[in-house]
Amino acid sequence: MKYVHHDSVVKRMQNRLTVNRIFKTIFFLATLFALLTLAILFYRIISQGVGYLTLDFFQNFGSRFPAKAGIKAALVGSIWLMCVVAPVSLFLGVGTAIYLEEYAKKNKLNDFIRMNISNLSGVPSVVFGLLGLTIFVRTLSLGNSILAAGFTMSLLILPVIIVAAQEAIRAVPKDIREASYGMGATKWQTIVNVVLPSAIPGILTGGILALSRAVGETAPLIVIGVPVIIQFLPENLLSQFTALPMQIYDWAKRPQLEFQSVAAAGILVLMMFLLIMNSIAVFIRNKFQKRY
Amino acid sequence: MAQKNVDGTRSVQELIAKSGSKKQKKIIEKSIPIVLLLIASISVLTTFGIVFTLIVETGIFFSKVSAIDFLFGTEWYPFANTEQLFGILPLIVGTLKVTFIAIVVAVPFGIGSAIFLSEYASENTRRIIKPILEVLAGIPTIVYGFFALTFVTPLLQQFIPDLKIFNALSPGIVVGIMILPMIASLSEDAMSSVPNSIREGALAMGSTKLEVAMKVVLPAALSGITASIVLAISRAIGETMIVSLAGGSTPKFDFNVTDSIQTMTAYIVQVSTGDAGYGTTIYYSIYSVGFTLFLFTLLMNYIAHVISKKYREEY
Repeated sequence: MKYVHHDSVVKRMQNRLTVNRIFKTIFFLATLFALLTLAILFYRIISQGVGYLTLDFFQNFGSRFPAKAGIKAALVGSIWLMCVVAPVSLFLGVGTAIYLEEYAKKNKLNDFIRMNISNLSGVPSVVFGLLGLTIFVRTLSLGNSILAAGFTMSLLILPVIIVAAQEAIRAVPKDIREASYGMGATKWQTIVNVVLPSAIPGILTGGILALSRAVGETAPLIVIGVPVIIQFLPENLLSQFTALPMQIYDWAKRPQLEFQSVAAAGILVLMMFLLIMNSIAVFIRNKFQKRY
Repeated sequence: MAQKNVDGTRSVQELIAKSGSKKQKKIIEKSIPIVLLLIASISVLTTFGIVFTLIVETGIFFSKVSAIDFLFGTEWYPFANTEQLFGILPLIVGTLKVTFIAIVVAVPFGIGSAIFLSEYASENTRRIIKPILEVLAGIPTIVYGFFALTFVTPLLQQFIPDLKIFNALSPGIVVGIMILPMIASLSEDAMSSVPNSIREGALAMGSTKLEVAMKVVLPAALSGITASIVLAISRAIGETMIVSLAGGSTPKFDFNVTDSIQTMTAYIVQVSTGDAGYGTTIYYSIYSVGFTLFLFTLLMNYIAHVISKKYREEY
């Protein structure tokens, strides 16, 4: 039998350790690349946009002149849009999650529903736009209104909300349910009075994160035909409107250099909008999350 | 008497007082599952709606343009005044160019960061870096598009002088940056779920960390990593705003990455922002392009599903 020679092991050891160190650096640099990109992106947008971020910018409507262009219509439009998307998507998402977690037996139909939800989350957003254009804009003749866009966006983020709500409901421990049944409560009473109250922080956190995706989503709005230049604020759910990402898209597309700065300012507003939503989500998670 | 508990939770008494008659209770208990099933079926209806819409409108499109010309044509001139040409291959090639560049960028960086986070980084480092990657994943694509157009393209032009303002390279790189966090985080999950006992076994045999990562953890997590890459490809194919802003609108059937291109998604956006009237061939063409796009992403998602189901290593 041949033994491994001690010296040759020692000699190779040094090499192997060096290679290990080199690759550790390479992997670290790969990680750094993402962080660096993020830093450059933020730096660029802030340095370009901050000059245009005046009070007038929030009070003006869109304009052909960069100096007069404002984001009022888009900001208000995005808030209106959220007023449709939040209730609709939460209602549908939480309802579906309760069904799947509490009622659905293991059969073909429910397996199909589950599989369908995971498939739906992989469909590109622009295809949801085509769905919205045919069903909501044309067939139900809602036009390019807040309602049509809101319904489309709700369907787009529905899979994300369902999964978040399912996880939150699943995290409610079994014993407090059993306790509720033990007191004579029915299944629905248990769900409404015991399960949902303790799942709500998780549902809201996941829901707000999903909604913040809807705020930044542009493609479905373009396909639905949401206009860009709007000189009035929406009055009801059937009004025409524009939204933050639409307005940014329009500005970014324009050839004049000044509009790039206006677009950067618009992006800053959008990012602040998202930051506020995400902070609320983190706040809810930290404040209300119960640990069992 | 029904009273609220001191901490605000409901008391049992209150619950009993509130619950109505037995008959009423029975009706509620019976009807709730049906109502919830109806709500749950909305997501199924959405899928049917998408497939139905795409098939019907594509059918109308094919009554105007032959399917053979559409599938195998290498020229896409929908806006021509004399003879419109609808051959989808240039749009597919444009999409694949961007996707390929994105994958070339995202896979090495994504898997590199995944290895670093899962095998080398301390718990504290990971706790700082993972949320930052999540921020990167949460940035709206319109912002990435703006970044590609106003920063990456001018930067690349300094190295590649004949790079056009609209090209495949810049949006490709930025789409790669966009899908990077997805690959990194899903691959990191796959690697973290490899049990420590296997790692320690290899370390006890005298392996370095690199050898553990490359020869033990990577093979064990390969199905998860591959699935993450396939999902990222699917995301890159469906990406819309980055390619609309920085890719241009000139569909070409070649493999040049420095010239203006058009992807499937960018074409849908171009038609939607223009004023192609309802009922024209151009109007229906966006559905046929959307259908093709849908099939591409469906195929990718299916492959990812099969990979993660079939080749998963169970410990």
